[in-house]
Amino acid sequence: MHLFDAVRLALQQIRAQKLKSGFSLIGVFIGVMFLIAVVSVVQGMNRYMTDKFAGTLLGVNTFRLRQFPDVQLGNVTDSTWRVWQRRPRISYDDALAVMHGLNVPVVSAWESSTRATLSAGRRQATGIEVTAATEQYFDIRSLKIELGRPFTAEEARSGLPVAVLGFELAAKLFEGQDPLGREVKIFEVPYRVIGVVEKQGNLFGLSLDKFVVTPAGAPVKRYVNPPRVVDALAVKATTQADMREAMSQAEAIMRSRRHLRPREGDTFALETADEVLDFWSKISRVLFVALPGLVAISLVVGGIVIMNIMLMAVAERTREIGIRKALGARRRDILRQFLVEAVTLATVGAAAGVGTGIALAGLIAAISPLPASVAPWSIAVGVLLGGGVGVVAGVYPASRAARLDPIAALRFET
Amino acid sequence: MSQPQDFRTGDTPLPDVVILTHKLTRDYDMGSEIVHALRGVSFQIRRNEYVAVMGPSGSGKSTLMNVIGCLDTPSAGEYWLNSQKVSDLSDDELAHIRNKEIGFVFQTFNLLPRASALHNVELPLIYAGAAAKVRRERAAEALTSVGLGDRMDHKPNELSGGQRQRVAIARALVNRPSILLADEPTGNLDSATSSEIMDVFATLHGQGQTVVMVTHEADIAAHAKRVVTLRDGLIATDQARAA
Repeated sequence: MHLFDAVRLALQQIRAQKLKSGFSLIGVFIGVMFLIAVVSVVQGMNRYMTDKFAGTLLGVNTFRLRQFPDVQLGNVTDSTWRVWQRRPRISYDDALAVMHGLNVPVVSAWESSTRATLSAGRRQATGIEVTAATEQYFDIRSLKIELGRPFTAEEARSGLPVAVLGFELAAKLFEGQDPLGREVKIFEVPYRVIGVVEKQGNLFGLSLDKFVVTPAGAPVKRYVNPPRVVDALAVKATTQADMREAMSQAEAIMRSRRHLRPREGDTFALETADEVLDFWSKISRVLFVALPGLVAISLVVGGIVIMNIMLMAVAERTREIGIRKALGARRRDILRQFLVEAVTLATVGAAAGVGTGIALAGLIAAISPLPASVAPWSIAVGVLLGGGVGVVAGVYPASRAARLDPIAALRFET
Repeated sequence: MSQPQDFRTGDTPLPDVVILTHKLTRDYDMGSEIVHALRGVSFQIRRNEYVAVMGPSGSGKSTLMNVIGCLDTPSAGEYWLNSQKVSDLSDDELAHIRNKEIGFVFQTFNLLPRASALHNVELPLIYAGAAAKVRRERAAEALTSVGLGDRMDHKPNELSGGQRQRVAIARALVNRPSILLADEPTGNLDSATSSEIMDVFATLHGQGQTVVMVTHEADIAAHAKRVVTLRDGLIATDQARAA
């Protein structure tokens, strides 16, 4: 019998007993569905973490000199927290010394941020991230200007009251109007809008477009930090190696400025996207370790169910096997028929699981802040696993069918 | 004319001998005792003979039928089918012989219930490895030849007993076998339908088909040209009937 005939026969058999077939492939279906959905979500998070979190929020090949890490990973104990709070803050002079002390090509900007309420005319926007920064800030965060222009080095130094708005903030304050040249009030001080940044989207449901950036020397600075103190110095290198080199130079400069003895730890933090990515890859690794276990359980259950169904089918169709043998079916023809049937059953279940898994991933992406992106390899793995389960579950029933004695099988009464 | 007793171990049958058994025995190990179903059956069937095998139940006629049909192998003795010694072939080789040389017709029809008449007739061709197009053509041809050209898409449960047995005959003939082997072909049919089926057999015999039929009904056996009677695993009588 040709393989094609065997597959067609198997599909007829499955169609003939839809309900039974449906129940028998539910295990494989669920296993593959979970595989696809979980891999899609983890994959989506991965892309999110690398593109958005690391790329946009922290910057590529960028480190920040801060009092303590901005992104706290894992558990920070109270005592650690108290130690961090007692550290000296990063001063304007620290930032300047590091900026001038580095001898690898970098761009750098210092920044200070807080949250505030903005108003424009009678419209208000609350909880907006207000940042005073030097002009390289946009370059370091890879923020592209959609409308107007960023502020210049001259404006940053002189502290001209101008502002660059995030996309959503601009839309909220100046709905339907051209925001350029208009006035926004931050801490009751009027600023002129000179630019709007391109839309950044969401990160875990939080908008990345609700912010305003003002020149470093602008009046905002007084409301954010004490005089001559900054939140962070951001340094962006062109390559990963340059960044590492710049980091160790920055560390040396800061240690000498703070007169730290060799055995003392740093009293400042050098933060990169790497820590965030490392932490994330640890989480995703745990998921990828747990996932095969979960998938394996449903596939084993699914395989046992299919084996049972096939054993029942062999018993029910003993007469048919006898007829086929009498008409010239060899052992391998019967073996192939039942094996193909088991594999087809499992593959149909796996294919349904792939489809539902993709739909589930889409649903998760639509109704929750979790992103999802279907990995092509997970589809291949899902279908192959399903087929594999079919082979393993089908071998024993099929070989039983193949070994049946034709005379006994023909006499078999159902 | 060569008689069974002329054959000796080491000989080969004459070319026109389709079936030759020589001292055929078949024992069943039933655990506590050994049942001797066949105790040394020697006979020959020539091309285009029409033979009925009779005998009371337990006489060994079913066992003989299974051995001749290559569903079973003898414990000892020789079985030659179409000048090929088949008594010591493997399972898969026997399957091949069944496919090529033997057309079975059973008492209970043994059609696949969920398959159409056409697909049922196609089955032997599937295992012969015929292409789909060839299969369909030849199966349709066989069904037409037994008068079921207009019932090809019917399932067995949509057909009468006589029609089912005709489907089975079409299936038996579709691979052009050396022998048509019928086991109580009219056992499940009323007398009118039985005589219809016997007419089909007579026509086939007239066209040159070798027919071997196992039956316990004397009036059915009367359709055959030669009647072999078995008793206790041995041939009791072997008579040609007057035409």
